[in-house]
Amino acid sequence: MHQIIVVSYDPATQKRRNSFMETATYAFPNADAHLSAKGYAVAGRGLHWQKEGSVNSQEPTKRTEWVAELVAIRDAQDQAAFAALFRHFAPRVKAFLLRSGTNPGFAEECTQEVMATVWRKAHMFDGTKASVSTWIFTIARNRKIDMLRKTRRPEPEELPWGPNADPDAAEALMLAEDTRELGRALAALPEKQRGLIERAYFGDLSHSEIAAETGLPLGTIKSRIRLALDRLRHAMT
Amino acid sequence: MHQIKHHLNDALLLGYSAGTLPEAFNLVVATHISVCDDCRARMHACDAIGGEIVAASDEATLDDGCLAATMALIAAGKTEPEAVRTIGGIFPLPLQTYVGGDLDAVKWRRIGGGVSQAVLTTADKATVRLLRIPGGVAVPDHGHGGLELTLVLQGAFSDATDRFGAGDVEIADEAMVHKPVAEAGPDCICLAATDAPLRFSGIVPRLAQSIFRI
Repeated sequence: MHQIIVVSYDPATQKRRNSFMETATYAFPNADAHLSAKGYAVAGRGLHWQKEGSVNSQEPTKRTEWVAELVAIRDAQDQAAFAALFRHFAPRVKAFLLRSGTNPGFAEECTQEVMATVWRKAHMFDGTKASVSTWIFTIARNRKIDMLRKTRRPEPEELPWGPNADPDAAEALMLAEDTRELGRALAALPEKQRGLIERAYFGDLSHSEIAAETGLPLGTIKSRIRLALDRLRHAMT
Repeated sequence: MHQIKHHLNDALLLGYSAGTLPEAFNLVVATHISVCDDCRARMHACDAIGGEIVAASDEATLDDGCLAATMALIAAGKTEPEAVRTIGGIFPLPLQTYVGGDLDAVKWRRIGGGVSQAVLTTADKATVRLLRIPGGVAVPDHGHGGLELTLVLQGAFSDATDRFGAGDVEIADEAMVHKPVAEAGPDCICLAATDAPLRFSGIVPRLAQSIFRI
């Protein structure tokens, strides 16, 4: 069983609807069958990919719980929820920044800025576009660029209806599932190919080296987001 | 928006998502995504890869008092600027931010043959410019020292490879020599980024290039 809490945003007033919180419970008939095996980790590489068929049984629950923490931060400025989120993500964000070649002082300062931004932007999280990990990654990437380049990365125009005015609980849940599938697909890639993708994200590859990289496992998650965009565009026109 | 036929490739979207592209390319990518749902979906998917890499990361040791320092930052109460949505016009928002307005705010400089350009200020060695090519006019034959991205904002051009209309992006590498011709009709307005100077085939364009920094 999985739980997800929907974050809502009122486009008319451009304020979040604090009162609106919906909990929906869904069952994936096959999802739990293969979740009991031992977790997978590669020691010494700094990255611990969850191999298919050996996903830690806590994983699905944990993924959706972070949405609940964000809602608690957003609606109640819940410091305990923030501390839990912080304990999980801050060490990983710092590790990511260190792997990206930043020095320890920078990585520490940037991590604090990233986590403070998570608090401030909790109302902008949209579970139909990104998992909590994805969302925090984008904040970390942008903060790193801000601090290193002293200029913001140009961002695409927000869609006219964004942040998602009516996030659909089922859609958010399917995206969470697609995100896990993406993680498993990355874990299942040949070591060499996965290493290239990791190095691209750590800034270790030139553009021509990235250009040589093909076969990103984007299929399912890309199609899901594309369909959601289509649906919203039709609803708006 | 006309049906977009020419999209960004995975390498550019991955570089944009990873935050490792030069600013000039980031601007073209962000401007294209603003009008292309397909590439927007692929961008979100690339961001999800970044999220999975963070999720799979080791846990680094935080400094003592890291959480307290973060709470102090939050208490200091800096607010995040709200995302600005479209303000209308021909240029998508990221481009308007660099131009300081829409098409009518561009400070054009003639570079010969009826073609005008406006170089936009970016930090890195790669450069990005707006080009205005009157209908029916050809941009001189040129090759590329590196990668060139050309996004059509208005009108259309054709070269030996295909036709490029509004929203389409042409990705040209160093192996490619092309001669884009603007379609008859309204001026063709493009946003073009390069990470190396263009190489023109004729002597006159080469002189113009040294004078006008094409």
